[in-house]
Amino acid sequence: MIVADRKSLEEILAMVEDNTKILILGCKGCVTVCNVGGLKEVEILAASLKIARKKAGTPLDIDIKVLERQCDTEYVAALSESVNDYEAVISMACGVGPQFLSEMYKRQVFYPGVNTTFFGGATRHGVWEERCAGCGTCGIHLFGGLCPIARCAKSLLHGPCGGSSKGVCEVNPDTECIWDAIVRKKMEAGQLEDLMGVRGLKDWTTARDGGPRRSIREELVQGNI
Amino acid sequence: MRLTYSADIKIIQVPCTGRVDILHLLNAIEDGADGVYVAGCLEGECHYIEGNLKARRKVTHVKKILTELGIEPERVEMYNLSSAQGARFAEIANEMADRIRALGPTPVQNHTAA
Repeated sequence: MIVADRKSLEEILAMVEDNTKILILGCKGCVTVCNVGGLKEVEILAASLKIARKKAGTPLDIDIKVLERQCDTEYVAALSESVNDYEAVISMACGVGPQFLSEMYKRQVFYPGVNTTFFGGATRHGVWEERCAGCGTCGIHLFGGLCPIARCAKSLLHGPCGGSSKGVCEVNPDTECIWDAIVRKKMEAGQLEDLMGVRGLKDWTTARDGGPRRSIREELVQGNI
Repeated sequence: MRLTYSADIKIIQVPCTGRVDILHLLNAIEDGADGVYVAGCLEGECHYIEGNLKARRKVTHVKKILTELGIEPERVEMYNLSSAQGARFAEIANEMADRIRALGPTPVQNHTAA
């Protein structure tokens, strides 16, 4: 899923400083799963902002809504009748949400309530880790099921660098050296040979290096499926 | 027992403090409560195993939010006592009332500035 962290109350309060009526818009997709932008988090943010503004003597009228997803125009369109009832909207979705909203409702202001961080999963309750860099050319199977693009600080493809020490990455002591893990896994499986070959250059044009990406599924576009 | 305790306390009953949510506490503060405390069972004696422990964690989280908002976190508190400790209940009620009285009225004003 896409993982995000909520912005600080201070930052969000500054965004809506001049507003008196806003909408906080949650999303039932990834940000609900990573507990940052679902109904519960939207309610907590609304209560917190109301408390802060009442304390400041400038009460803020807040409505809340949670869309099925903010990354599909059909769900974003559900706001069409009410979106302009507000002076501003705080989107609690990933970075896709405020953009789909801004593209559809050009006269409204949409503030991002979260910082979108990475594609990952929960390794335990409350802890999420990056697992995918969205490079567009997946080769996870070549590395024992562990992605060195997303999980190696240098995205190395031919083994660990000199900064790998005792299985830990020099960039961050909390990060395991994924190449250490890949090599250990391959050794345990007796498949170390798989890592010995020299790989050709990786095609980075499918990653961000090729500019903004687009995925077209002709069969869907044509309505065949 | 007929104990007396501060008349400033409004009691809201819940089946278990595990039912108390962050939003209940925040909404009370938002609606102008000067303070809120949760009186749960003794730790280790929750009929539902860990309802009171969950409540304590929620109270801790609300304290963190209040701190971020510049409001005294002492306005929210967690207490543990058994249903047989009537005297302790009254003591806690008075203790909390005294604490809030010392802090003064809530800075969360429920009226529009003139």
